[in-house]
Amino acid sequence: MSNGSKILSFGHYQPSRVLTNDDLAQMVDTTDEWIQSRVGIKERRIADSETVADMAAFAAEKALAASGLTAQDIDLVVVATCTAADRSPNIACRVAQKLDIGTPAAYDVNTACSGFTYALATADHAIRAGASRNAIVIGAEKLSEILDWSDRTTCVIFGDGAGAAVLTATAEGEQPGICPVVWGSEPGDAIRIESWRPFIYQEGQKVFRWATTQMPLVARQACEKAGVTPEELGGFIPHQANLRIIEPFARKLGVDPEVVARDIVESGNTSAASIPMALSKMIERGEVKSGTPVLLIGFGGGLTYAGQVVRCP
Amino acid sequence: MTREEVIAGLAEILEEVAGVDPADVSEEKSFTEELDVDSLSMVEVVVAAEEKFGVKIPDDEVQNLKTVGDAADFVLKHL
Repeated sequence: MSNGSKILSFGHYQPSRVLTNDDLAQMVDTTDEWIQSRVGIKERRIADSETVADMAAFAAEKALAASGLTAQDIDLVVVATCTAADRSPNIACRVAQKLDIGTPAAYDVNTACSGFTYALATADHAIRAGASRNAIVIGAEKLSEILDWSDRTTCVIFGDGAGAAVLTATAEGEQPGICPVVWGSEPGDAIRIESWRPFIYQEGQKVFRWATTQMPLVARQACEKAGVTPEELGGFIPHQANLRIIEPFARKLGVDPEVVARDIVESGNTSAASIPMALSKMIERGEVKSGTPVLLIGFGGGLTYAGQVVRCP
Repeated sequence: MTREEVIAGLAEILEEVAGVDPADVSEEKSFTEELDVDSLSMVEVVVAAEEKFGVKIPDDEVQNLKTVGDAADFVLKHL
């Protein structure tokens, strides 16, 4: 048993193929100006041969290399995804095999865009319960596979990628680096990927309203549970759904604009991958300082949401 | 609250949320076509109107509010 867990490192992977707004304008009736003004996206990455498991493993490999641990130290792999092509084995088992992690507990979490923060909470809880000591938590999505490339309202929004974090149990007397989660779900299926129409479908106005009015409340609760104020945050990483959600959200909370994740501009909405990918890149660029509190807020399909403050590794 | 007051209130919201010149706001003006309020700004207008007028405007109602007059009608009916 441990009094908590902390994040040792992050890592991310994005496919090399860039799809710009101008490229999309050749495919559907849209323009760079329209896309940028509606969602704030300039470009996104699209996977070619990489599978969800490949991207998840690449991101996990980087996070593991930066963690100081070895594959043999890992006893839990949790993958957040809603784009696993196979029902079984799950992506977590495939990642464990690719990274030669031996015999870890391995499971996937599907809460769509809030997946990473849900998965992070479950891994933290497993460590607190003594069921794990060192875990890898991954958000990985290949949304390009479930996009209707003739629907200009959705195909311009999403992208592919993966992000991962390595967690370890905190030592006795050490402050937990993952603070209590605020999570839940709400009736409302405004974002759907259904079997009869295996493409993402969303009611943009409903989602926008829910996110802009309800998520600031969740964010404040998560800060309260962590004992920090939004002004003290060294990083603010909301799910990268839309720049027009992210920026007012940050202003409403009173977060320093310098520490707000805006990875959507160059990556699009990558669902469960968006939070770890955005934070991993910010850390790489030196934009979030080690040891500072960072607020993560995932929200999306279900509707589901989960948010927590973590200490930046 | 009079109809004029509601329209003046909507004009204030439109200026704040979408940068619309209050002088351009009148009954028959369409939010999206004439006042250049896009679908997401429309949601912000609706949320601000709920607060300002103390009414509830359900998600499914938003698409029916085509003009400033439609919004004023809805608000007055539900005050």
